[in-house]
Amino acid sequence: MEILNFKFSAKNKGKAKGRAHVGVVGSGDLEVLLEPLDASSAQVRIRTSVPGFSEQWKAVLDRFFMKYDGAVAIEINDAGATPGVVSLRLAQAVEASEQ
Amino acid sequence: MTTSTEALPSAHMAKRRDSFIELNGRERAITFFDPDSWRELLGPFDRIESPWLLPQNVTPQSDDGCIVLKGKIDGISTVVISMEPAFQGGSLGEVSGAKICAALDLACRDTENGIRTNAVLLLETGGVRLTEANLGLAAVAEIIASLLSLRKVSPIVCLSAGTVGCFGGMSLVAALSSYMVMTTEGRLGLNGPEVIEQEHGVEEFDSKDRTLIWAIDGGEQRYATGLADVLVKDDVGEIRQAVRSLLKAGVPSVYRSEQVDLYRKRIAALDPAYQWNPEDLRKTWHRENTK
Repeated sequence: MEILNFKFSAKNKGKAKGRAHVGVVGSGDLEVLLEPLDASSAQVRIRTSVPGFSEQWKAVLDRFFMKYDGAVAIEINDAGATPGVVSLRLAQAVEASEQ
Repeated sequence: MTTSTEALPSAHMAKRRDSFIELNGRERAITFFDPDSWRELLGPFDRIESPWLLPQNVTPQSDDGCIVLKGKIDGISTVVISMEPAFQGGSLGEVSGAKICAALDLACRDTENGIRTNAVLLLETGGVRLTEANLGLAAVAEIIASLLSLRKVSPIVCLSAGTVGCFGGMSLVAALSSYMVMTTEGRLGLNGPEVIEQEHGVEEFDSKDRTLIWAIDGGEQRYATGLADVLVKDDVGEIRQAVRSLLKAGVPSVYRSEQVDLYRKRIAALDPAYQWNPEDLRKTWHRENTK
């Protein structure tokens, strides 16, 4: 088990219209909880069953926040998802939060 | 490239089956309700998760793998409780157990106060979560107590759609419910195949032999021997229709769990010296003989 915390600069407070929940903590998958945040930053907390991959998590999130500027709090509960699955779930959460 | 639908081959026009099994626990629960009539109780953002998993290096899920939706089915107040098959094998822990219990108790209280509330349980579960063993076992006892109170006043329909199936303590819950619905992919049994193999060896029960397992625990066999009330295809519409009909039928006149003599006779009729196979058992325990 490893718990990771990241912070990104994100100015867009109205980007997420509501909160969003996608995914399942099943093998190779993850659960994402996304909520609008009244701040000028985005926070990400990850709890993963596979320790030792903080650099890979940071790389995936860096890439995500290059395009996304929503001020949001993201919680990830991970059961060994690959970077590709993580990116897809994040995109899905963003889409759900904008509906 | 053509935009005319008439140009498509006829196979594309045939009605496609709408798989229920491919849905996750929450999506499964939503399929039963009248449109826009439901809300979730203790959802992911309430963060009522298991406190026992993190210390054991298991990632918790925000709803503890138990989704409780309250809404209307055919205009009647109904609570649908769905075990998430992908999270820890749909296992039952302290929190998920308490959620189920509270939901059944509230349905019972509402019904007794004149607001008839039915229950649907989607049991994709291996039973008690081993990482919370004692608390899970206590939860099974509490769920059964709540279920026995509710089933007197409102119908409780259980479903094993697959592919996890319904095993362990939760198979007792299924057996005590008002009605049991299964698909051919669904399974129902007290001890799961892997547990039997672990305890008695592979020659007793080979948990890798899918044909054997489904011939014994599968929906078709359970229906043929009268241990399930309805057998349906893995199709959202068919499953929904089956559950709605049973809810409409109301409280049954006789429960499976009350037919003690019938099941005693069934066991007595089996010669343990003979190696029973699923087809023989189906003839001896034919569902017509359960009525």
